[in-house]
Amino acid sequence: MYGQGIFKGLVVTFKHLINTYVDDLRYGWRKYSKDTDNFETRQGPKSRGSFTVQYPDEKIAVPERFRFVPFLVVEDDDHPDRPGHDWCTSCGICAKVCPPQCIWIIRSEDPVTKRPVPEPEAFFIDIDICMNCGYCAEFCPFDAIKMDHDYEMASYDRTTTHIHDKEKLSKPFSYWKRIAPTTAYEEMEARGGWEHIDVIKAKKKLANAEAKKAATPIPVAEAVATDAPPVEVKEELSADERKAKREAALARKRTKEQGEGGE
Amino acid sequence: MTNEVSIEQQTQHDIQKLDGVVDYLIEKYPNIVTKDTREGYSGVMIDRNHLVDVATTMRDELGYNYLSSATAVDYVGVSEPDSDMEMVYHAYRISGGGALVFKTQAPRDNPVIPSLVDVYPASDFQEREAYDLYGIQFAGHPNLKRILLWEGFHGHPMRKDWKEAYYEEETKPFGSRWPGGQVHRSEEMNPYGKNVKYPDDFDLSRLRDISEESIYSGLGLGVDVQSLGGDGMKTDRLIVNMGPHHPSTHGVFRMVITLNGETIETLEPVMGYLHRNHEKIGERNTYLHNMPFTDRLDYLSSMGNNVGYALAIEQLMAKGSRYTPVPYRAEVIRVLMMELTRIVNHLWSIGFLLNDLGAFFTPMLYANNEREKILDFFEAVAGSRLMCNYMRFGGIFKDLPDRIKSVMNMVNDRIRDFDTMEYLTDIITERLPRFLDEYEYYLNQNEIIRARCIGVGVLPPDMAVAYGAVGPLLRGSGIGYDVRRAEPYSIYPELDFDIPVGVQGDIYDRYTVRMREMRESLRILRQILPRLEATKGQEVWAGGKQGAYSPRIPIGESYGRVENPKGELGYYVVSAGDPKGTQNPWRYHVRAPSFTNLTALGAMSKGHKVADVVTILGSIDIVLGETDR
Repeated sequence: MYGQGIFKGLVVTFKHLINTYVDDLRYGWRKYSKDTDNFETRQGPKSRGSFTVQYPDEKIAVPERFRFVPFLVVEDDDHPDRPGHDWCTSCGICAKVCPPQCIWIIRSEDPVTKRPVPEPEAFFIDIDICMNCGYCAEFCPFDAIKMDHDYEMASYDRTTTHIHDKEKLSKPFSYWKRIAPTTAYEEMEARGGWEHIDVIKAKKKLANAEAKKAATPIPVAEAVATDAPPVEVKEELSADERKAKREAALARKRTKEQGEGGE
Repeated sequence: MTNEVSIEQQTQHDIQKLDGVVDYLIEKYPNIVTKDTREGYSGVMIDRNHLVDVATTMRDELGYNYLSSATAVDYVGVSEPDSDMEMVYHAYRISGGGALVFKTQAPRDNPVIPSLVDVYPASDFQEREAYDLYGIQFAGHPNLKRILLWEGFHGHPMRKDWKEAYYEEETKPFGSRWPGGQVHRSEEMNPYGKNVKYPDDFDLSRLRDISEESIYSGLGLGVDVQSLGGDGMKTDRLIVNMGPHHPSTHGVFRMVITLNGETIETLEPVMGYLHRNHEKIGERNTYLHNMPFTDRLDYLSSMGNNVGYALAIEQLMAKGSRYTPVPYRAEVIRVLMMELTRIVNHLWSIGFLLNDLGAFFTPMLYANNEREKILDFFEAVAGSRLMCNYMRFGGIFKDLPDRIKSVMNMVNDRIRDFDTMEYLTDIITERLPRFLDEYEYYLNQNEIIRARCIGVGVLPPDMAVAYGAVGPLLRGSGIGYDVRRAEPYSIYPELDFDIPVGVQGDIYDRYTVRMREMRESLRILRQILPRLEATKGQEVWAGGKQGAYSPRIPIGESYGRVENPKGELGYYVVSAGDPKGTQNPWRYHVRAPSFTNLTALGAMSKGHKVADVVTILGSIDIVLGETDR
């Protein structure tokens, strides 16, 4: 019968129309209240009907790996040793790996010796050029540059506000731990601690030296193993071994601290 | 078939094998055809004076009837001065198998190469592109004019000595970024208008005429209309410009249509409004820099673009001694992503086809609802919904996360938390099949769709092959050619799936081919799920660690191609110069399915009404980011 196809189509459209109101019937006013648990159902694979979100009254939170314009990690303000210190060592890998070349770094120099200091004097990112590819964060060996989750960056004037300098780029480490807990934890495991990798290395070195001083006849194999840079070692270790190694490192650290206290 | 038998009897060469084909050609054309013996290269070099002869033999006697890619390379400073412009062609058998690569060389100051349009009509647009970007003169080309740039453009931008407006350095990374990075904005250093170069004899007041004249020339204007009328109603000839801002063109695309009454006599696609010289940028970039740029080609299927480029570079890396193949889990995840991308793309394209038919946005939004779920998955895994940038050379960016989980960060944020495998299983085994059933019930029998699509925009199979049509356009015409089967890559050989083909080659067939392809994708995905479970926790990087940020790629050429949702996407990459390997590609060419598929648009539209052009274009499914590059 001619027109049957169109009629079938209208049945489907009508079903969709009904489905649009199913959420309203099921959740009622709770759909619009702030602390709902039905958001996950409405915006998940089991959802039916209306799939829109009432932005900005409700926003879909972005997943952990979401990447937007990068930021620089600095130590928290309440960090005991170096509050507000940059994690960046101005090695320049991010500037080299950046596809549209939107990162500019000025490396610090020691005013007396003129030798480079592992710390950026200035750091610029032109966010108009940044293509949010995430390479800088992916290849940074110091976990010092990370992709942000804050996507509401519209401004009235692009010519004056869209080159972000170090002050604007810097965000505390605790912020990174908050927006990407899983990734931050994985990185911590790879580094061997929550500290900056240089701090961990320095502590290890110190611990080694202390241990050497304390007990001269160290087995050679162990000394070699601890001297190797931790980044390379970790890749050959399984999770269990890594855990064991971390515990050993923590134990060494504790003994070292006790030793210092004793002296 | 009889041809092939007779050749087998004539020669001892096994022409089913590529080596046999090369030997046969060398024997038949001594001193004209030679083997390409440069390190890392394959195929044959043909004397340009006999190119058409040899190509005809290839097509008719040897069965290489399907020209995939034709592109130019500028070897200035690398090869001999009298042969530094090179045309590279990749021809295939439509029955499947590897490429017959043939090349021809010309001096740079007078690059005249015979046109292959008569042998392979597929080379039409690609030769125009080579003329536009490299200045190669194709003798015998019927319509040799610029295709991506405008007629008044000065110079040929892909030549190695051409410098762009904001030129900084030959290759990235630029030295001015680190350690003394003084920030500047390019447009301040070189304000708008100061970066335009005109030829010396250029009259600015004629600027408009030049580009328009060339477009309208050859359209048969100035014909005596009275003599055309026939005995029915007197009709007038009229030129209609559809686009570049017409909503039906899916972007900034323009069709210059000559109408007789309401019937189309000629149709000429005009493109390049979104041209950004992607390939020149690609040559400035390092190999890894190009990966996120490939996302911007066909921005609806960036995962597939990534894989194609990764394949091309991995082929080059395999020429070196220290190459480790991609681990199994990475391949599984690549196929997972590519097939999800196919569904994403087809949902979008069918939705838009219906939009073009007048079903304004209702079916489009139903399709988008499902698409959204897949994009959510992409976002959680790769970090972005469209610009995924997920594949790397020798692996993928990161393994799948255990949970698809969002984190509260901004005001009014609502969080979600799913198990990744459960989420995938839900959408693959339940949600999408249910949706496809409903969608087919909704649309397949609809009288309006059938009346507007069946018998419209027919592309016969022989023409589809000749024009080098790819993807659903080719398969809709009844040719079951799919790169996943013809020249398999990744883990496709071990997967069980069918290649849907159409019968008549009209719009309706293309629509049903897309529908069935989505079902085949789901079938592949259902086989991928157990593989994902089985390989959980395995390595996703070749050699067990993240690749270098600036890898050194061995010299040579490679052509990596994948079956993208829109058709065969190829990357022709040349690494030349330093014999120890290079950090920047010498040549980076994208053979885009949306671009070559437009070659057939004029022929398909002829004789139809002007309203049908919109649907025919919609059924090709182009993305202008890829067409214009």
